[in-house]
Amino acid sequence: MANNTKKKKRSSGMNMVARSYVKYFPLFLLPTVAAFLIGFIYPFCKGIYLSLCKFTTTSDATLIGFGNYVKAFQDPTFLHAFWYTALYAVVSLILINLFAFMIAYALTQKIKGANLFRTAFFMPNLIGGIVLGYIWSMIFNGVLAKYNTSILMETKYGFWGLIILMCWQQIGYMMIIYIAGLQSIPGDMLEAAKIDGATEFQTLIRVTIPNLMSSITVCLFLTLTNGFKLFDQNLALTNGQPFIFQEDGSVVKTTEMLALNIYNTFYGQNISARGVAQAKAVLFFILVAGISILQLKLTSSKEVEA
Amino acid sequence: MEKKNGKALTVVFSIISIVYVLPIFLVLMNSFKENTFVKTETFKWPMGETFVGWANYIKGFTFGNYPFLKSIGFSFMITVLATALILLCTSMAAWYVIRVNNLICKICYYLFVFSMIVPFQMLMFPLAKVSDTLHLNTPWTIPIVYLGFGAGMATFMLTGFVKTLPMEIEEAAAIDGCSPIKTFFVVILPMLSPTLISVAILEIMWIWNDYLLPYLVLDRTKYMTIPIHIQYLQGSYGSVDLGAIMALIVLSIIPVIVFYLSCQKYIIKGVAAGAVKG
Repeated sequence: MANNTKKKKRSSGMNMVARSYVKYFPLFLLPTVAAFLIGFIYPFCKGIYLSLCKFTTTSDATLIGFGNYVKAFQDPTFLHAFWYTALYAVVSLILINLFAFMIAYALTQKIKGANLFRTAFFMPNLIGGIVLGYIWSMIFNGVLAKYNTSILMETKYGFWGLIILMCWQQIGYMMIIYIAGLQSIPGDMLEAAKIDGATEFQTLIRVTIPNLMSSITVCLFLTLTNGFKLFDQNLALTNGQPFIFQEDGSVVKTTEMLALNIYNTFYGQNISARGVAQAKAVLFFILVAGISILQLKLTSSKEVEA
Repeated sequence: MEKKNGKALTVVFSIISIVYVLPIFLVLMNSFKENTFVKTETFKWPMGETFVGWANYIKGFTFGNYPFLKSIGFSFMITVLATALILLCTSMAAWYVIRVNNLICKICYYLFVFSMIVPFQMLMFPLAKVSDTLHLNTPWTIPIVYLGFGAGMATFMLTGFVKTLPMEIEEAAAIDGCSPIKTFFVVILPMLSPTLISVAILEIMWIWNDYLLPYLVLDRTKYMTIPIHIQYLQGSYGSVDLGAIMALIVLSIIPVIVFYLSCQKYIIKGVAAGAVKG
């Protein structure tokens, strides 16, 4: 149907009725475009320009070239934040998807109360990152207090704490996507496998998972980009603590992730570092956009195969 | 044999589900405890000297010299206004972009899609400045910022649906003498409603919980939202009153749970739709 109308449009130019819509641009498109210019296009372009400047506010910017980028790459806190974030993103990607898939698979096996369980698993997803951070910092500190320590004392506590928190939040979300994928697998395909004598495990590996590739790709990339963009939870749970004080006076915040590092560089005490912060933000954008484009490439090539 | 398996699974999942929602009960439990016991007796039932009744709730409403009720009000207001504005404007935009489909529309469409992959940190500094200059820093005007930054995803999801609507309906409406404005509001908008609900759910979940955008854009001396308020209490006080914070967290979760349980069907559908498209 959609294909049909598309073809028609292409052959006969613009539809008469659609042509009568054109002059309504100020009513239909202008409000969104105006807000989009203010809320996206202008700040985006200004952001790229500012990354090449030295500035403390947007009005006193002077062009200095790529110096900010050089400084960003030399900043040990930024590099630390990058590796820490990458490690976090990979570990959380594996755990969240593994658990989400297992739960989704079990819940689609016609067990009693599946809807109730689904409700429970999805619930944490609606709670905001800041609130989540404080809920879990209470729980972790309650446990760690028994050993006379707290989540702010060691990097590994902060790391695994964040992993547990994010698993709790995101497993339900990914589970929903996996369930939707599992339910769209044609039943006769599974039945055919059964008749052919395939065991449950063989059916899972040979039939279910290949049919689920698009859901799997979506979930993998969603967890990956969510991991790289994480901010609120990181801020509320540890805010980068514990800190390591370097000999040159700089401070490495050991549980600080990329987004928080950029934020702290912008709004920290050293306001002359804002150019560097904006350069970091551009690099961050390139990284996140790169992952998204990779996903787009992968999913579209899959569609051709199928 | 299969039946036995199913029963065992139900029992296992009942236990896992209870453990899964336990953190929320822990918060509820600790909201009735005296401050120091939240840390030391986190997992014990509040009673005797640890139990303080509603004191944490009463304290929570007033401390930090900014009334919490005001933050709840602003959170509600911003979420409702911004979601309504986004739905209205982006549905019009999506329809116009698909139907007119000239060069301007194509450029807009690709820019909308592009904006979806840009993280907020990339533009937060200039965005905060430009919002300040244009006086978009109040709860009444911040919806415009949300429309600008969130236009991409909403328009993208809606264009996907508009593409599937047959042009013949609009042609019939035009023959019957409908102006384009009437055609949109009377004919198109009702047909869009399933997607509009999905978009609304995603926008509500985003805006209600959003911390950084309102924190940077709003004039913080006058306006706070729930996440900003909680972060402010936790961050700016040397000795935080954990009991009172737990009480505020309970208050901020209640609307979310009510919303979730009453629109669960739409929320799960919306999430699935958003994930597959995004």
